[in-house]
Amino acid sequence: MTAVDARPEQATEIGRDRRRKEDARLITGRTRWTDNINLPGMLHLAMVRSPFAHARITGIDTSAAEDAEGVVTVLAAKDFDETLGVCINAWPITPDQKAPAHPPIANDRVTFAGEIVAVVAARSAAAARDAAEMVEVDYEELPAVVSLEEAVKDEVLAHPDLGTNKSALWVFDSAQAGTGGNVDEAIASARDDGIVIERTYRQQRLIPAFMEPRSVVCDPTGEQITVWSATQIPHILRFAFAATTGVPESKIRVIAPDVGGGFGGKLQQTPEEMLVFSIARRLGKPVKYTETRSESLLSAHHGRDQIQKLTLSATKDGQVTGLKVELDANLGAYVAIVGGGVPVLGAFMFNAIYKFPAYQFNCQTVFTNTTWTDAYRGAGRPEATYAIERLMDELAAEVGVDPLEIREKNWITHEEFPFTTVAGLTYDSGNYEAATAKAKEMFGYDELRREQAERRANNDPVQLGIGVSTFTEMCGLAPSRVLGSLDYGAGGWEHAQVRLTPTGKVEVITGASAHGQGHETAFSQIVADRLGVPFEDVEVLHGDTQIAAKGYDTYGSRSLVVGGEALVRAADKVLEKAKPIAAHLLEASVDDLEFTGGRWTVRGTDQGMSIGELSTAVFAAHNLPDGVEANLDSEATFDPENFNFPHGTHLCAMEVDTETGQVKMRKYVCCDDIGNIINPLIVAGQVHGGLVQGIAQALWEDAVYDDAGTLVSGSFVDYLLPTAADTISFDIDHTTSPATTNTLGTKGVGEAGTIASTPAVVNAVVDALRPLGVHDVTMPCTPERVWRAINEGSAGGETTGAAAAHFDPSTGMSGNVDRTEGDVQ
Amino acid sequence: MIPASFDYVAPTTVEEALAALAQYGDEAKIIAGGQSLLPVLRMRLNAPEWVIDLGRIDSLKGVRDEGDSILIGAMTRHCDVATDPLVAEHAALVARATATVADEQVRHRGTFGGALAHADPAGDLGAPALALGAEFVIAGPAGERVVPGAEFFQGLFETAVSEDELLTGVRIPKHTGWTAHYEKFVRVAHQWPICAVGATLKVSGGVIEGAAIGLTNMGATPLRASGVEQALVGQQATEEVVHSAAALAADGVEPPSDLNGDADYRRHLVTVLTRRAITQALGG
Repeated sequence: MTAVDARPEQATEIGRDRRRKEDARLITGRTRWTDNINLPGMLHLAMVRSPFAHARITGIDTSAAEDAEGVVTVLAAKDFDETLGVCINAWPITPDQKAPAHPPIANDRVTFAGEIVAVVAARSAAAARDAAEMVEVDYEELPAVVSLEEAVKDEVLAHPDLGTNKSALWVFDSAQAGTGGNVDEAIASARDDGIVIERTYRQQRLIPAFMEPRSVVCDPTGEQITVWSATQIPHILRFAFAATTGVPESKIRVIAPDVGGGFGGKLQQTPEEMLVFSIARRLGKPVKYTETRSESLLSAHHGRDQIQKLTLSATKDGQVTGLKVELDANLGAYVAIVGGGVPVLGAFMFNAIYKFPAYQFNCQTVFTNTTWTDAYRGAGRPEATYAIERLMDELAAEVGVDPLEIREKNWITHEEFPFTTVAGLTYDSGNYEAATAKAKEMFGYDELRREQAERRANNDPVQLGIGVSTFTEMCGLAPSRVLGSLDYGAGGWEHAQVRLTPTGKVEVITGASAHGQGHETAFSQIVADRLGVPFEDVEVLHGDTQIAAKGYDTYGSRSLVVGGEALVRAADKVLEKAKPIAAHLLEASVDDLEFTGGRWTVRGTDQGMSIGELSTAVFAAHNLPDGVEANLDSEATFDPENFNFPHGTHLCAMEVDTETGQVKMRKYVCCDDIGNIINPLIVAGQVHGGLVQGIAQALWEDAVYDDAGTLVSGSFVDYLLPTAADTISFDIDHTTSPATTNTLGTKGVGEAGTIASTPAVVNAVVDALRPLGVHDVTMPCTPERVWRAINEGSAGGETTGAAAAHFDPSTGMSGNVDRTEGDVQ
Repeated sequence: MIPASFDYVAPTTVEEALAALAQYGDEAKIIAGGQSLLPVLRMRLNAPEWVIDLGRIDSLKGVRDEGDSILIGAMTRHCDVATDPLVAEHAALVARATATVADEQVRHRGTFGGALAHADPAGDLGAPALALGAEFVIAGPAGERVVPGAEFFQGLFETAVSEDELLTGVRIPKHTGWTAHYEKFVRVAHQWPICAVGATLKVSGGVIEGAAIGLTNMGATPLRASGVEQALVGQQATEEVVHSAAALAADGVEPPSDLNGDADYRRHLVTVLTRRAITQALGG
């Protein structure tokens, strides 16, 4: 055994551009993804899914499938009992919320196209897929309600037994809450003598489209049932298995191995996980299910899908006086794990960085016969930010001033922090003036405005627009007490443990479960600084309930601001435990010890001892003080007192070809204030990726159903995901107002780019066209919509009436239909 | 994404391939790069009993000089067509259009003949081939026959190649000295074109002596904009001439409607893109 020398005193790890430890294995694929796992005797599942959005199942004939080669069994709902469990609704936002039971496999009725009606278990994935094609299901079609606009009319019902499509109405009113005035009075007053802006915006439905399709393996052969799943939430999944199947939690081990992206899309307890768990137990053999890309797009949860009716009141010179939000949110066919509450995460963010004296938020959640919706990067906050940032541009246009000027007139100034908003949140820190000044300078704001004026004057067929988004968001989910007050079915603390090995290496265990974020690197940097050990000597372990026994997993930009703080506290406890032992071994008084650069030294002497040497000594335990345990390992659970409020100023220049409606990004600049930064390289990655995801909502992505409830954009031919070829190089920078609610002073960055960029892009497109009488373009801003906005003065209207897929996705699931004619080469 | 099971045969000569076709008939699909066929198989939109792979027939690969024309072998990959010196010199429009097909990976797998025989109306190669007066060389049990573009493209995914035949190559009359531009309109880079226009021109002393204009995704088959061509030929290459000629591009087209735009929008778009394609071909 050799003790490791303490790291030489030099620049701290925090703030360094460390290359990510995990990238070599993630990029080369030399790692364990769930679908790589192959166990002896393992069986494979294939799902039979409904091609209809709403239908009664009148018969299922599995006989041909059962006889097929390699098939072990074919099961339908009737073959399962209550041990199958159910998909849980963990966020009943109101006491009277309507939520139909959500079985993992449809019983006598299917409620969206893609719902599972039967499942095949076979010796190979190919055999299972072949046999799934042979299962004959008889359906009696029922009227389907697909769009939000139709669903709120309650004429066609997604679940006839419920008697309504309306699930819950959630209201926040500042007058009632005592956080502000009466919004109706503010609006009435502005109608008499002020400005009232009324707009309706559509948040189109999006598909998370993570890189790794979902996959789950269950091995029931040990004392503990082991489940591997490509999930963001191994701990919550274990809880859900135990809570709904009757298997004790102590008998379940859930592992999220390396997981290839989630963006909220893997924050779910899925029907497929429940079926794999149940069938593995039933057959006593390991079972695997990996979804196809088509299945992923069709039946993994979707995001967004809201219609926002907004009323903003202001004085004639543009001082905001009130904001009223009436929001309809499409739940899809069921209330997903936190899907019911996603719009509520936006409730506190419509007022954003502005000092609204009065505010009201009304959210109606609604069922339709579509794939259920749930968290997607930003979850509720991008929708809110889009609405307010679009409205502030509209207000600026109405007043006739620059959009930045109207924002400055209304925002919270840096002297006013901490600031309690009209929605009742207390923003701890920020400096909107500083971020905006820096962004303007990076952007060359005045120069671009000059160019815009020239192009307008010259009637240039390519017009230039400048879009502003001065966003903030609430993240770092979350204070458990606040979550409780919102009827959220879980807490928001995070857990960490720091263990020292006999050779002086450090194992860090976190309850946050990374799926691409770079926790291993960032957390190693934090611990390396705290304990004074080399970055390379820190190993971060996570995503396995047997190793990381406690945790609330990764979503809502919480890992660093909650999990990172838990880690700091655990590391500090290690040092507290170590100090008396170090004093004992150095034969000095505790009061004479100093800890710097990973070493305890006795003040005024050259005597010292590194943490590595100390952990070796504790392992041997030959010479410890009386009554002291031979253990330096420590753990901590941190529950924040408040959310975390990153902010930033994003500026976007878009060129709009008025002849074709084509839009092209010219420049994108952002200055984000995310507090102290642990690893600038990881931050840059998060910002760049987040920006593209938000830009994609503005310009490209749209999950479209036809009137019958078939997902038309069911492949990447029709669901347009951007690639690097479609984006430009972004200019990013930061201002720093450290958060006051964690000792690292950090703020979440996982969702910031996505939240901020969507309105910046659309504001820029609209800004380019405002002289042509355009004041809105519906997302995504397709060339056709932009062209129609220019030529018809509308927001571009709908294209769904003309929906047609390049490949027909409905048949990929439901049979062997040859739809191509002629030679396919 | 597992295709239904199929048997696979990889002949090394055209004769063997024809024999395989004769044997398996309508139970077979030909794979010629597989960039459209594989997604269709994997999504189980089609489930042939046999897949006949032309990838090992070397005689179908490469570009040959045939005097007044060049012959592009059906199994020549897009990346090879796009960089071939004969194609660049004598059929510049084909080179330009081929360079825009899908993405780098697809261009290294997909083939010229495969794409044309697939006859996807949104495919980039049909309109340039048609505009250049390409002849399609088809081998069958009765020997070789040659059909012009107007007969080759018969409808949506339908060509003159019958079940027992193979497209072996495409003969393109030399358009030496013609300038060319392929104006492709997409929302994201890897997408099929919403609409595209290929223009290639022969200009001498400021006068347009020859013009060939092809339209992509403006109907069930690639289209040739003859009206536009006629309005250009013999005229001075001026902005006015180009504008008024391009305005004719939507005559007689029947474009599709989909998520990227309805037919009316495409009818408008094609006139703008035609003007731009011609202008670019004229040197901007």
